[in-house]
Amino acid sequence: MLAHWVILAVSFGYLGLLFAIAYYGDKRADAGRSIISNPYIYTLSIAVYCTAWTFYGSVGRAATTGVGFLPIYLGPTLIAALWWLVLRKIIRIAKTHRLTSIADFIASRYGKDPLVAGLVTVIALVGILPYISLQLKAVSTSFNVLYTYHSPAQPHLTSLWSDTALYVALVMAVFALLFGTRHIDASERHEGMVAAVAFESVVKLAAFLIAGVCISYYLFTGPSEPVLDAINSPRLAKLMEMAAQPGGYASWFTMIFLAMSAIIFLPRQFHILVVENVNEEHVRKASWLFPLYLLAINLFVLPIALAGLVLFPAGGVDPDTFLLVVPLFAGQESVALFVFLGGLSAATGMVIVETIALSTMICNDLVMPVLLRLRSFRQGNLGRVLLTVRRASIVAILLLSYAYFRLIGESYALVTIGLVSFAAAAQFAPPILIGLYWRRASRKGAISGLLAGFAIWAYTLLIPSFAISGWIPAAILDQGPWGLELLRPQHLLGLGMFDPLTHSVFWSMLANVGLLVGVSLFDRQNAMERLQATLFVDVFRHGESDTRLWSGTATVADLKGLLARFLGGGNAEKALVGYAAEQGLDLRTKVQADARLVGFVERELAGAIGAASARVMIASVAQGEEISLEEIMRIIDETSQVIEYSHRLEEKSLELEQTTAELREANKRLKELDRLKDEFISTVTHELRTPLTSIRSFSEILRDHPNLPPEERQQFLEITVKESERLTRLINQVLDLAKIESDSVEWTDTLVDLNQVIGEAVGTMGQIFRERSIDLERSGPPGAVAVMADRDRLIQVVINLLSNAVKFCEPGAGRVAVRLEVRLNRARVEVIDNGPGIHPDEQEMIFEKFHQLKGRHDEKPRGSGLGLTISQRIIAHHHGRIWVESAPGAGARFIFELPLAKTEKS
Amino acid sequence: MPEAKRHKERLIVLPLVGVIALNYPLLSLFSRVKLLFGVPVLYLYLFAVWLLFILGVAVILEKSGPPPEPGEAEPTKPGSG
Amino acid sequence: MAQTVLIVDDDRNIVVALEFLMRQAGYAVATAADGRQALDYLADRAADLMILDVMMPNLNGFEVCAEVRANPRLAHLPILILTAKGREAEKARGLALGADAYISKPFSTHELVELVRTLLLGKSEGI
Repeated sequence: MLAHWVILAVSFGYLGLLFAIAYYGDKRADAGRSIISNPYIYTLSIAVYCTAWTFYGSVGRAATTGVGFLPIYLGPTLIAALWWLVLRKIIRIAKTHRLTSIADFIASRYGKDPLVAGLVTVIALVGILPYISLQLKAVSTSFNVLYTYHSPAQPHLTSLWSDTALYVALVMAVFALLFGTRHIDASERHEGMVAAVAFESVVKLAAFLIAGVCISYYLFTGPSEPVLDAINSPRLAKLMEMAAQPGGYASWFTMIFLAMSAIIFLPRQFHILVVENVNEEHVRKASWLFPLYLLAINLFVLPIALAGLVLFPAGGVDPDTFLLVVPLFAGQESVALFVFLGGLSAATGMVIVETIALSTMICNDLVMPVLLRLRSFRQGNLGRVLLTVRRASIVAILLLSYAYFRLIGESYALVTIGLVSFAAAAQFAPPILIGLYWRRASRKGAISGLLAGFAIWAYTLLIPSFAISGWIPAAILDQGPWGLELLRPQHLLGLGMFDPLTHSVFWSMLANVGLLVGVSLFDRQNAMERLQATLFVDVFRHGESDTRLWSGTATVADLKGLLARFLGGGNAEKALVGYAAEQGLDLRTKVQADARLVGFVERELAGAIGAASARVMIASVAQGEEISLEEIMRIIDETSQVIEYSHRLEEKSLELEQTTAELREANKRLKELDRLKDEFISTVTHELRTPLTSIRSFSEILRDHPNLPPEERQQFLEITVKESERLTRLINQVLDLAKIESDSVEWTDTLVDLNQVIGEAVGTMGQIFRERSIDLERSGPPGAVAVMADRDRLIQVVINLLSNAVKFCEPGAGRVAVRLEVRLNRARVEVIDNGPGIHPDEQEMIFEKFHQLKGRHDEKPRGSGLGLTISQRIIAHHHGRIWVESAPGAGARFIFELPLAKTEKS
Repeated sequence: MPEAKRHKERLIVLPLVGVIALNYPLLSLFSRVKLLFGVPVLYLYLFAVWLLFILGVAVILEKSGPPPEPGEAEPTKPGSG
Repeated sequence: MAQTVLIVDDDRNIVVALEFLMRQAGYAVATAADGRQALDYLADRAADLMILDVMMPNLNGFEVCAEVRANPRLAHLPILILTAKGREAEKARGLALGADAYISKPFSTHELVELVRTLLLGKSEGI
């Protein structure tokens, strides 16, 4: 049994460690050497999504609904694929306009309207506060389980002053105060807090995995064993089907949908994903690493849940506590303690980020607008006031949450609040997503959509949870208010086919989206709305410079004073000097601020007090009139037109460039062809002139020397005849090749038997082989080998190859073999000689025109140099392939393959 | 920028495929009491789709990072403060 | 002693014809089947004139021409270039490389013999 003080010491020791990490993170940030500026810390900080509700609750849900715990993680996985497109856009907008909360973001999109900001804040507060309570409850429960495991009789709720949850809440408040409101910062980023949250994500993942491994391998022989045990029990086997999921596939889908929106639109998620983002590029890795984290943390949920159910069949143990109870049952107290720390991490991470995000919203969007209306707050240093308001909000949020937890304890309201909160956050999805891509989404549309969605959410989810908890008469669920059946909260208008959650999400989303779109269609946006809508939708097209709004009627000194009141003198000075350096201005000589400077100051202020309030403050300093918004819209429209135009010009010139390049390429190719043609002609000329030279010379010799001895005379005449033949052959081949290359050959393709073709060629060449006493051997399969080809041309190819072989063989000792084979769907003919072989360098080139090989004894071959080229063209025409295999000194093997005719496969 | 556009299309199609794979009716095909490698088939299917999906996103985003779109080129500066 | 004509051509039949013509004209004859053999011959034996084909394996006629002219001992050897390509550019190139005359295939045997005779005469006069 774990001693009370051990648990406490470990818990507070761990919280102390968090403080140290956050402190270190802040110090590094101040020194300009951020430790969180990488995609991995970013990914881990996003895992603040996994709260204590999911940490302990996943196992609980798995034990009661089977796969029902998974949609909460599948949703974020699916939507993360779109982060690169959508989240990056949101981040870019938030950075450009210095938006520091989800309320600020929505308000800024819809004309910087304080009403929208306030509405979003209220929805967030009502929806999220109970969720924070849930975390406190989880810490308290887990503490009690750990402490009282062996004496379960002890009551769950202890007295106020001995309740760990209170102390945990207070410690978290201190943490949030220290690291969330250290100073007022125009970007509202808290590196220390992010570092601590990332660390906590590592701890909770490690805790879950260690617990999983221990339970699987200590109590069982592996993660499959509890599964195998369970499948034999009809009660537990059900958990392996969708049937265990209450609400079936509809509720499954609803949960995926809710988780999709919750991962971005829960205030803490928005804060971590958008406000604390250091670099857009980190989104790339986070888009798949974060889902991987989710997958890892869920690997052991099912084995643990089934283990709990197998070990405690009586049902005396709350499945939500299996993660702690099972290790304790096994006597693994240190594992249980580590699990407790994991749960504590999950809870504190969520509470801290959520509290800071909510406090910013309360301060900027609820309190400041009211304060700024009061005369007394129009002067003086407001930085202190801001900090005070935020700190008070943090304490208030945590105390309220704690009170809520004490008040409603174990009731139904708390158990389901996780998904109820998700449904509340989902109300932010339509105004943000539609507002990001549809310019005409208007302020009135957003307000009516949010109001209606929120109202329906409250009526269909919140009221029933109160009713079930017994705070209001349960009759409202069965009979409806005042007996109006159509208004029953869980069966609105008689819709009864869904589970309560799906029912609520359906109606609230229908109303939210419907009103947003419907009202926007009939609404006329004012100039400010149109401006903001354009800046949001086209954020990737407009730079910051387009956000200037004011004519130059404010003085630099006024603006500086204004900034100083919120950020403090030092920070204000620093910001302005930085701006001046960036723009190349000298602010000391400048009295009148231009529109850009006013815009810059407004954005800096927006970072501190929210877009809506910043606007009010700027208006109080810039005495003169705004440039008419119509004017600005015109400027922006013009800018976009110019951008559009130059973009098109760019495309055109790109096209032109491409065409030019293509032309150049074609020209080059033509020149190359021209060169090749010249070379061909020159080679042909040479090859024609050579035999002609012999013929003419010998003819003249014979003419001029009538008295030559007969043998010499005979020799000369013979040469003349041979050379004439050579000339004829050459001319024929050149013409032949020209015809083949110009595609003017008439091919008469018929079914041809290759065996016959070879037979004919061998018959033609037989005489020459015999003359030179070269052995000719034939082999091949019996029967016909049919290919579709031009018979005469094929004979020509074989003759070419045979005469080649003869030429290179030693008379008397030469051996030539012709082989025919059938390989799969191809016929293969090989002509093999035992001549000198062909050097590897030449094997490719011999098929080129006029490439001549040296014959035996280095004598010039008597070939035209075109035979192989023609053969290759013929084979290529028949969709075949010809090549040579040879090693110098080992003879050559000319091979060609042709596809077999389809009709006669052997 | 056709390459950037194709990249975008892949990123949009992937979650659509995921939503279809992870919902009724495809999901119902695997909803049965049966073990494969000691794992209930429904879980095996869900985790397999899950892992494949993550791989898909990783491959699309990491392998074919598109050239920045016009106007998107300037990198974000971390907030000044 | 008869003057020696070195005949360099890779076409065996043309060599046979040229050899016959030169012997008939009263010259001694040496033959080579390519550029390399021609240079080998000239390295240790003398010739009074060289009839040189252009397109040959192992050093073409132009290369042989250039090597011969680079060698002081052979600088004044008359060279008659024979070519089957018959393009003006080739002719110019051969002459630029130091050939003394140029004749394209197919040639008139009379012309060829006359040209050889003239070149050899010029040479003996020059000495």
